[in-house]
Amino acid sequence: MEAAYENGLNLKATELRLGLPGTDNESEPQTSSPCVQNNNKRSSSEMDTEKQESVAPPPKTQVVGWPPVRSYRKNVLQQQNNPESDGSGMFVKVSMDGAPYLRKIDLKFYNNYFDLLKALENMFKCNIGVYSEREGYNGSEFVPTYEDKDGDWMLVGDVPWDMFTTSCKRLRIMKGSEAKGLGCCNL
Amino acid sequence: MDPDPNKPEELPSNSANNSHGSTHPPSPFPDEVIEKVLSYINSHKDRSSFSLVRKDWYNAERWSRSRLFIGNCYSVTPEIVARRFPRIKSVTLKGKPRFSDFNMLDWGANVHSWLVMFAKVYPFLEELRLKRMTVSDESLELLAKSFPSFKALSLSSCDGFSDSGLKAVASHCRNLTELDIQDSISEDISGTWLSSFPENFATLEVLNFASLNSEISFDALERLVSRCKSLRVLKVNESITLDQLQRLLVLAPQLVELGTGSFLQELTPRQYEDIESAFSNCTSLRVLSGLWEATSLYLPLLYGACFGLTFLNLSDVALQSGEFAKLPVHCPNLRRLWVIDTVEDKGLEAIGSSCPLLEELRVFPANPYELDPRLGVTERGFLAVSQGCRKLRYVLYFCRRMTNAAVITIVQNCPNFTHFRLCIMNPHQPDHLTNEPMDEAFGAVVKTCHKLQRLSVSGLLTDLTFEYIGKYAKNLETLSVAFAGSSDWGMQCVLDGSPKLRKLEIRDCPFGNTALLFGHGKYEMMRSLWMSACNVTIKGCTILAKEMPRLNVEVIKDEDSDDNQADKVYVYRTVAGPRQDAPPFVLTL
Repeated sequence: MEAAYENGLNLKATELRLGLPGTDNESEPQTSSPCVQNNNKRSSSEMDTEKQESVAPPPKTQVVGWPPVRSYRKNVLQQQNNPESDGSGMFVKVSMDGAPYLRKIDLKFYNNYFDLLKALENMFKCNIGVYSEREGYNGSEFVPTYEDKDGDWMLVGDVPWDMFTTSCKRLRIMKGSEAKGLGCCNL
Repeated sequence: MDPDPNKPEELPSNSANNSHGSTHPPSPFPDEVIEKVLSYINSHKDRSSFSLVRKDWYNAERWSRSRLFIGNCYSVTPEIVARRFPRIKSVTLKGKPRFSDFNMLDWGANVHSWLVMFAKVYPFLEELRLKRMTVSDESLELLAKSFPSFKALSLSSCDGFSDSGLKAVASHCRNLTELDIQDSISEDISGTWLSSFPENFATLEVLNFASLNSEISFDALERLVSRCKSLRVLKVNESITLDQLQRLLVLAPQLVELGTGSFLQELTPRQYEDIESAFSNCTSLRVLSGLWEATSLYLPLLYGACFGLTFLNLSDVALQSGEFAKLPVHCPNLRRLWVIDTVEDKGLEAIGSSCPLLEELRVFPANPYELDPRLGVTERGFLAVSQGCRKLRYVLYFCRRMTNAAVITIVQNCPNFTHFRLCIMNPHQPDHLTNEPMDEAFGAVVKTCHKLQRLSVSGLLTDLTFEYIGKYAKNLETLSVAFAGSSDWGMQCVLDGSPKLRKLEIRDCPFGNTALLFGHGKYEMMRSLWMSACNVTIKGCTILAKEMPRLNVEVIKDEDSDDNQADKVYVYRTVAGPRQDAPPFVLTL
């Protein structure tokens, strides 16, 4: 059977509780979960009468409180999840010096720096050029930078792609002439 | 009859005619001898047995007991406990039933009434260890102000408290040596509690706040660590960065247990070296955990500290198999290992090759709802570990496929299992290769592992599994069952068989009233029974409650369920009678 990949959000969507609203961080209603596989889902709000009749295994459904992994642990694992399998997307704002408004892109959509930079070049009709470890984007008209989790502005390309996608908060495409301090030669 | 340490027992009378207590036969031993003997007996079970022999032994025991263990907070009341034991210094209390963990009901198990009593009768209380209880800020404040000698507070899987409760403890407990918060959820407003330790406070030996997710003041933490020279356990939360950790390690190279903060940080080469050498200097380090967001880039930082490690807890970081596989060879002395299943079979094979002293393995699922059997670990990984680690005795293994043949071989390799918890995550899943039920797998476990105390079963199982359990698992104390069995007969086999059974938790099984009532004599010898989503009805529970007045039978109904359906049933022995604080959705029959 085709396996459906659950994503981080849906863990919470199907984790039903009898507690009061507000006692959990998520209040996402069960019905909005796009990954519900069929209608036989057991829940605290409906009694599954089929259980009493059938001897055959029930269809593969999400079951409340199963597998027995503590919520505390689930939360940690969700944050840890490989971004590619996280259905929530990794949207970051992109600004370009001189452009009148910002754009937004989903980092999850790209597999590597090459794809990302090509997409940025297309989106902003600019020339970003090629990255080198020693000299950054030397000579390029535009230089891609990003703000990381610590609030620092970094040159795109220095760290492994996975580390970049998890630490990038927003992107800024700077004019090459202004990017002196980031390893680009000035002329 | 299985003695409950907290029941004021009906004492056997040693001379049949002393109803007025006038002539007790003289004790076979002088008091000094009894007291001396008692001073060597620490296990509460042994002390209970001792107290049942004669009245004067009962008295000697109750006056000398200083550690209290209450496995179910509702099995007895604070009043009864206070009457029997006048001199308690250390209390361990457990509250909610385990399977309720995974639904998080607002069910009860509030510690406050206990604390009120302790404040009255045990002013010299030193230790309080709570598991699965609700602890409010008010309770923590009461604790902080009532016990001047208070030393150790441990909150495991608790909830209900916030910053201000912890602040009270930090500010007022002058002799605190241990503050250990594990897996507890707290509504943190700020992390200022840590800054509330007085500037001259220096007695801390254990500090664990890894599960609290607020930012704390690093300055305050740094000062605290530098003052507390006896600090041997430090587990910080994710807000602490790698370079901050380095500074802490330099201040406390004597640490025995370390929980790191976030391992995700860009480091300069100089910082990298500093951290590497800080780890290498922690020569006493035996336990390591945390490592949030660690990747292969920074795992090598640990290598210097790995040789002496006995417990490595990687259950907060989902390492890929390639990055993890290089680690075990650096940890030849590992006894306990917790990992996430992203390490895959390949990672487990590395463990089998490099960690011959391993006794405990726990493999947690990265994504519990993924059904693809190609993900995570399989029977191959488990087999590989069993081949290399013959001393294995504790396993918790979440997987998506398993075979009978593999489990049979695994227990042949490792017959010393005391805890065998296998969770095949897809309910009712048969043997992956033969499509048969997994009965023979668990049959092999109970037949081969004579020391088995705890068993969790899963996969497609018929009543045969339970026949095996009842027949062979003579030392079994805890059994967890889900989506298993064919009929009442299965549960009856277990109730009839395992003589040492204390905790039985069952969900989604076709067991009904016949099975429930079959065990009525047994439940008084057990701590508790939990049944949810089975075929038990309110009528059946009512009959049980009537027949067995010393059991509390609590039923929680789901919304919209049949009137007669008993969706969740919790049965436990008690001398306290029905509890007064049950929330409205709990019916006490």
